[in-house]
Amino acid sequence: MADEPIIKVQDVHKWYGNFHALKGVSMDVQKREVIVIFGPSGSGKSTFIRTLNRLEEHQRGKIVVDGIEMSHDVRNIEQIRSETGMVFQQFNLFPHLTVMQNIVLAPIQVRKWTKQKAEEIAMQLLERVGIPEQAKKFPGQLSGGQQQRVAIARSLAMQPKIMLFDEPTSALDPEMIKEVLDVMTELAKSGMTILAVTHEMGFARAVADRMIFFDKGEIVEQGTPEQIFNSPKEDRTKLFLSQILRH
Amino acid sequence: MATIEPALPPVTERSNILRWARKNLFGSWYDSLLTILGAWFMYWALSSLARWVITTAEWEVVAVNMRLFMIGQYPLEQAWRLWLWLGFLVFLVGNSLAIWGKGSRYSVALLLFPAVLAFAFPFGDEPRKWLLILAVTGLIGWGIGRARPEVLKRSVIAGWVISLPVIILLTRGLSASETGFAPFVKTNLWGGLLLTFLLTVVGIMFSFPIGVLLALGRRSVLPIVRWFSVAYIELVRGVPLISILFMAQLMLPLFLPEGWTVDRVVRAMVGITLFSAAYLAENVRGGLQAIPKGQFEAAEALGLSGAQTMIFIILPQALRLVIPILVGQFIALFKDTSLVAIVGLFDLVGIAQTVLAQPEFLGLQREVYAFISLIFWVLSYGMSYLSQQLEVRLGVGIR
Amino acid sequence: MQLERKRETAIPFWRDERILKILGQIVFALLVLIVGALIYQNMQAGLAKQGISLSYSFLNGVSGFDLAESAFPYDRNSTYWQAFLAGLLNTLSVGVAGIVFSTILGVILGVARLSTNFIVNRLATFYLELIRNLSLLVFLIFWYLGVFLKLPRVKDAVVWPGDIILTNRGVGIPWGIPTASFPTFRLILLGGLIVAIIVFFALRAYSKRTGRAPLTLLWSLLAFAFVAVAGWFLLPVKPLTLDLTFVKGLNLSGGKILSPEFLALTSGLVLYTAAFIGEVVRAGIQSVSKGQVEASRALGLNSFQTLRLIVFPQALRVIIPPLTSQYLNLVKNSSLAIAVGYPDVFYVSNTILNQTGRAVEMISLVMLTYLMFSLLTSVLMNWYNQRIKLVER
Repeated sequence: MADEPIIKVQDVHKWYGNFHALKGVSMDVQKREVIVIFGPSGSGKSTFIRTLNRLEEHQRGKIVVDGIEMSHDVRNIEQIRSETGMVFQQFNLFPHLTVMQNIVLAPIQVRKWTKQKAEEIAMQLLERVGIPEQAKKFPGQLSGGQQQRVAIARSLAMQPKIMLFDEPTSALDPEMIKEVLDVMTELAKSGMTILAVTHEMGFARAVADRMIFFDKGEIVEQGTPEQIFNSPKEDRTKLFLSQILRH
Repeated sequence: MATIEPALPPVTERSNILRWARKNLFGSWYDSLLTILGAWFMYWALSSLARWVITTAEWEVVAVNMRLFMIGQYPLEQAWRLWLWLGFLVFLVGNSLAIWGKGSRYSVALLLFPAVLAFAFPFGDEPRKWLLILAVTGLIGWGIGRARPEVLKRSVIAGWVISLPVIILLTRGLSASETGFAPFVKTNLWGGLLLTFLLTVVGIMFSFPIGVLLALGRRSVLPIVRWFSVAYIELVRGVPLISILFMAQLMLPLFLPEGWTVDRVVRAMVGITLFSAAYLAENVRGGLQAIPKGQFEAAEALGLSGAQTMIFIILPQALRLVIPILVGQFIALFKDTSLVAIVGLFDLVGIAQTVLAQPEFLGLQREVYAFISLIFWVLSYGMSYLSQQLEVRLGVGIR
Repeated sequence: MQLERKRETAIPFWRDERILKILGQIVFALLVLIVGALIYQNMQAGLAKQGISLSYSFLNGVSGFDLAESAFPYDRNSTYWQAFLAGLLNTLSVGVAGIVFSTILGVILGVARLSTNFIVNRLATFYLELIRNLSLLVFLIFWYLGVFLKLPRVKDAVVWPGDIILTNRGVGIPWGIPTASFPTFRLILLGGLIVAIIVFFALRAYSKRTGRAPLTLLWSLLAFAFVAVAGWFLLPVKPLTLDLTFVKGLNLSGGKILSPEFLALTSGLVLYTAAFIGEVVRAGIQSVSKGQVEASRALGLNSFQTLRLIVFPQALRVIIPPLTSQYLNLVKNSSLAIAVGYPDVFYVSNTILNQTGRAVEMISLVMLTYLMFSLLTSVLMNWYNQRIKLVER
């Protein structure tokens, strides 16, 4: 079945104490699909994307990633995590390791690759994100944009089937946003399955197959970029778009 | 859509005692094991302690020697002088709490502490009366402070500034001879908690200016000044306090010109001050380092001289930053002054040794040292708790 | 132009900042020197009146006093130097035992403070608050007078499982006595050590080549233990025979007898220092941000790998410097041995001082000794900090 979705999410709920953070989210993601998730802060979009690799535990509902159901089984969780890459807002590079060591760590420890193979692939990835000359440096010596590109390379080194981006450009200075978005765009065009939480509407318009608007812990509206930008159905979507596009 | 959304978490997610216990006490088999072991240990420790305190221990030794523990051999008929400055301090505390404590309900509880003490411990009738007077004085101070906060601010600060000389003068005596009104009381009669307190206060007060100077010296651009400061600080921090106390006792008299004598309590004070200054310097330096370079540059750009920059811009900020650490150092010093017992002074620990030498109280080491530990514990814990409260209220320690 | 330069050079010297700086230093140095000279002169005069001059040669004299404990044969006919050395070794043994045990207890406390188990967490917090507000001196005296000297007399000795005998004269534990085959066993242990070192470096090289992270230390330890155990059982005669402590008249004999002084000092220092080490460990672990753990887990590393490869190396950088200063504190605090009568370097020096009246010499010697510990440690620390410093721009 070529059309079997790579991610299936059914009626996922999450509470923090009595706060209802996710109120029954359901969606499917097809292979090679590029999805942009947006919405006001506190709407649960980050929480949602973090449930997809179990950084947050969902309390009701069902999540299946690449045919593996998310459960309390540690083996399932680790398998899902090695099939999905994640890029964080704060980069979260390991400050005590060089750029190269950051990238080869997981392939060697988890995928059990040889060091040689891991380093070759790491070099290719660093070239792909445009900073091969920084391999020997420590994260603290790089600019924010460079760090985020290393973080993307680090995730790609595990050869994930899905890439999750959690506000990858929010912590960057304006002049560095473009270099990260360029890498993401190239990645999207290469056929990677991508879920990105971001407010970069230019990126969404250019490469997204689908846009999803989150508010108050639920999906309010979804559709192609044309539908969302040109004829949003819900008032909440219209309001939010008018707020972030008014510059 | 008319469906009612589940507004509450499913039952398993709702917080209740059972769920709390399952999560925090019995999360896994080893968690349960730890919980049971811990609970058993807690029960065992508390019940044996309670049994000892209530049935086995003989507290008479504490009750009989209460005066020795508090003021040592200080003449009883002169004790009113100590109560006097204690009253002065409590009054100032009451004032200050009313003015800067923002009407906290802790204030009143704190001021009632002497009254609580009066009934919690076996003091005689006389001290009990004084303790009650203290509580009333504190409350009066608090009341006055509340009524007129703005007017009193300056005089309260002035009160604090003169408090140390007042304390020393009253304790020592107003006249030079041992007769007459408020006669001279020799320092070898000072003892117990009184001596511990005085050593701490004098130590911190005198080490403060020295410590600030050393901290500035360590950051000075003049190499000789810097080397000297570094050498002093590292030297003192590299040796145990007890060796400095020995030095002060045995070598200080040698350093002075012939004919000059310093009594043993003052020698200990000198030792404690020199010791404390080095640690204080390092703490203040930490504060100085936390001040961004921009502050220096802005001050110099305004035309302030180096000294002016330090005094008006940098030091106030740096000191405010390190107040919590300085309080911590004060508490540490309070506990450390007990080492003067080793060089033969009769502070709390020294007095404990003399009490245990009394023939009728042989073998009661546990009771005596438990009591002393309790005093240290209550006072240090109280001070650190209080300073935390004040930090939160006044926002000190935060930029 | 010419004129201007001339005016520039013609600043009066009391306004030239360059000269002022030098002048200030000269004045300061002079002040220090004058005060120092005055003190020295007073001291010389004072000593002259007592009829002594500064010299350390008296240390070669016969001490004439006994020491309760010494690592090497020492009696009243030995010299002051030997007494001092015995004290130094005693300080070191308390220091080493104290550091080892307080580290173990401290790590347990630190982890317990972070535990989600309510009771464990509270117990650790309570312990910390209890210890932190006590005076160490009172604590030590309490352990000595209130616990170890209150143990039963020798004739009523209490025996704990494991043949541990508790009395107010000391605690006896079983100890090994070397037999004829012990020298051979020592060689075997040396061989084991070499094997362990080889294993260590082999694994290090493997780790460097492949990027894997084998449990290097654990495997080397296992290798050593394997050789030691094999040697123990293969030798025809066991290299050690067990020697139990027993009561002999009014005294203990046999085994290893730990004096109440040593026990009070060490256990007091350990229990006290462990509370502070626990805080250091807790702060270190907490200093590693949550994002680091998340990133590591998102990459697919399991929780053990995350702890070992990501959290631990970063926490260690934060922990090591304050940990060393706690160790230094422990060594300096061991000078409180004088309050419980354990013959450490300070106690012995004080005894020498009292016998000879050489205050200046002995106090300076003791201070120098502790200073050496401190300087050595801080040199090591600086080197370590340089090595592990996170590179930033």
